[in-house]
Amino acid sequence: MSTTLDMTTTELREVNSTLQSAAKAHANEDYVITNPRGSHAMACGLDGPLSVVVKGSTGYYCAGMNKEATVTVEGSAGPGVAENMMSGVVTIEGDASQYAGATGHGGLLNIKGNASSRCGISMKGIDIVVHGNIGHMSAFMAQKGNLVVLGDAGDALGDSLYEARLFVRGNVKSLGADCIEKEMRPEHIEILKELLEKAGADAKPEEFKRYGSARKLYNFNIDHADEY
Amino acid sequence: MCGIVGLFLKKDELRPQLGDLLTDMLITMTDRGPDSAGIAIYGDEAEGSVKITVQSDTPDEAFADLDAAVCAAVDAPVTIKVVDTHAVLTLPEAVEKDAIAFLEEKGLRIMGSGASMEIYKEVGLPKDVAARFGLREMGGSHGIGHTRMATESAVTTMGAHPFSTADDQCLVHNGSLSNHNQMRRKLAKKGVFTRSENDTEVGAAYISSRIADGASLGEALEGTLEDLDGFFTFVTGTKNGFGVVRDPIACKPAVMAETEDYVAFASEYRAFADLPGIETARVWEPEPATVYFWER
Repeated sequence: MSTTLDMTTTELREVNSTLQSAAKAHANEDYVITNPRGSHAMACGLDGPLSVVVKGSTGYYCAGMNKEATVTVEGSAGPGVAENMMSGVVTIEGDASQYAGATGHGGLLNIKGNASSRCGISMKGIDIVVHGNIGHMSAFMAQKGNLVVLGDAGDALGDSLYEARLFVRGNVKSLGADCIEKEMRPEHIEILKELLEKAGADAKPEEFKRYGSARKLYNFNIDHADEY
Repeated sequence: MCGIVGLFLKKDELRPQLGDLLTDMLITMTDRGPDSAGIAIYGDEAEGSVKITVQSDTPDEAFADLDAAVCAAVDAPVTIKVVDTHAVLTLPEAVEKDAIAFLEEKGLRIMGSGASMEIYKEVGLPKDVAARFGLREMGGSHGIGHTRMATESAVTTMGAHPFSTADDQCLVHNGSLSNHNQMRRKLAKKGVFTRSENDTEVGAAYISSRIADGASLGEALEGTLEDLDGFFTFVTGTKNGFGVVRDPIACKPAVMAETEDYVAFASEYRAFADLPGIETARVWEPEPATVYFWER
């Protein structure tokens, strides 16, 4: 039994406070949001187990700071979807705009379409699976977690990367500073296999290449002092 | 921030609804740009005629008998349509330059001119600006609109978008250009002048000047990627259609939607929520440093 909130008659603020209270109550309820009309900050700040299905496209910062909840957008999401997500699952059936999953600490962000620029920027432990392509500067300064891309990656992938793992099946237009291709070891195949299964992605781990940090930017190199 | 909307109709049946659809899109973008709003609308064109849109802060005084005065000055038939602080003068193409010079001398602000384009822009909330000009009732083949949150120049009518720097051409912009003064000087050397201190007007003048030099709209838009520095999502209107380009960093948002009936552009998806058939439209984000245009 699910509760439907229609956004032609219910204000965004009321929708979000209803969802946030339900999440906090840990009742594990199901909610359906109709007519989201591209609203900002839909279903953000959910702190507890709850299932939310949004019937349509959302604007900025949908499902931001999500913890434990499962949020599905049956449409496309605007900039900053699942920003700073902590845990739970956020699924976007369509495309996601720029900086999807930015600074995410945990959970799974599953994007069935494409994600545009800066996907996973400064990610800190989140797993992001993109079934389509990703734009430029993705995983910039990514620290921890996994970014899996079934399609292609744009320019400067993984620029100034820390210890996040990047798996790309298609072409990478260019790698960012200090990002290199790395050997795919059995443990990586295992991680990838599990993520692909979780995301319902139709791909084999062996088809992917792994990218990571060359760790050359970790420390100041005295030989480069005269370049500043 | 700023909000941009654009709508290009593929079917003539929708033409009477253009103003209504664009007005809703524009008002939805109010919180991206509440200080001024403007629209360029491409409507009917009369063979051999040109429409000049002018603005005055004292319209009652400025527009009284203006048609007769212009008629006497350029020795050609002139009709006038007064819309709040704006007036659209229709006159033969051959006397356009003389008429503009006369109007500027009288202290009127030129919003734009062209065979089909009319420009309406003012300071104020988009809903108020739209109501003042009766934008909902306007028909046409395509139009672009802008809601402004000023960064590079003062909140004035002349600082509002769209900017027009050549017949039937106009530009709206979300972002800010950092080399606009240098480009303004470069263009001035070529004899291309702007009317405001605004960065976007320089972008518009750059595109117009490239087209005047023989470039296609696509080539002129490609040129912005090389020659203009800064952040931009541009939407440019011409007599036959509109074009879109984003700078390579592409931090200014943009989304597009296409159905059998129209192509729509907006800063955010929210602006599309009331468009007919949006549920089944193809919706996508334009790629950075990539030129898109639609022409009939």
